[in-house]
Amino acid sequence: MRRLLAPIPIAVLSAVVALVALLAYGLASTQPDRGIDDALRAGEREAAPAVELPALEGGARQTLADYRGQVVVLNFWASWCDPCREESPLLQRWHERIANQDAVVLGVDVQDVDDDARKFIDEYRLTFPMLRDGSGDTRESFGILSLPETFVIDRQGRIAAVRRGPVDDQFMREQVQPLLEEQA
Amino acid sequence: MRATAVAIALAAALALPAAAVAQDCQKTTLGDIEDEVMCPICGTPLGLASEAPQAQQERAFIERMIADCRSKDDIKRALVAQFGDAVLALPGDTGGDDGIEDVLVYAIPAVGIVLAGGGIAFALVRWRGRRTGTGRGAAAAPESGRLDADMERYDL
Repeated sequence: MRRLLAPIPIAVLSAVVALVALLAYGLASTQPDRGIDDALRAGEREAAPAVELPALEGGARQTLADYRGQVVVLNFWASWCDPCREESPLLQRWHERIANQDAVVLGVDVQDVDDDARKFIDEYRLTFPMLRDGSGDTRESFGILSLPETFVIDRQGRIAAVRRGPVDDQFMREQVQPLLEEQA
Repeated sequence: MRATAVAIALAAALALPAAAVAQDCQKTTLGDIEDEVMCPICGTPLGLASEAPQAQQERAFIERMIADCRSKDDIKRALVAQFGDAVLALPGDTGGDDGIEDVLVYAIPAVGIVLAGGGIAFALVRWRGRRTGTGRGAAAAPESGRLDADMERYDL
């Protein structure tokens, strides 16, 4: 017992405990926050995290709250992301379809080179508003692990649906269309 | 004939400074920058993120700036403007010229390690001194007695 209480075993034990604690912290901190998904599974609509970002063109700061009262299809994308290319024409079509019903597709260009993002927008002739999140800070609050991801936000600013991956027409019909009928 | 000679002389006079500027431009290399910046979405230094699409885009961005003769610090600043401070891989790097903070982030941990090592060495020396001073004398007598008894038992 006295041997165990000697400085060297204590130092080794402390080092091992510290290492295990560090590993546990590392593992825990890399797990994405899936609170939004849990709330949706429980049939609840959680308030969307606050977003304040510069517009990709002009740099004027905008917030998600600026769109309160509208249905917002909040799409996180980047020009280097191949699945984002697949869904972009569909998002543009839906933006044109819902724009006169107090609804909007709002793009957030994440961790991207701005010139490449502009080329992407030109290539797909995207006309919906675009924000820019160069450092990717919004990824954490929305629990975003990879791109693209899309959040459908109702007129009260609550998240009504999420797609972690590219959206398709079925998702848009099932998740966006019903929200258009809801009152603010 | 004279006009041609003047034209050639003028062209040479204009071309020489341009050539000199091109030679003065000391291009940095992708390899030199890759180890000092992160691929933000991969969460690893750019040099380790070989195939990730964002890493490829970042490399292309850096290579464009190298081709434009931008300095290493300039390129780092441009990367920070695109991706934020988290793109810098080295502790204390601010994307600009080296300052006192850049030295301190390495010096403070080094001093800490030296102090901790000194503390451990000091504790070990004291512990050994205490063992040799007290433990051995007290414990040696009964142990040698037991050893003698054991040897007697096996004495043929």
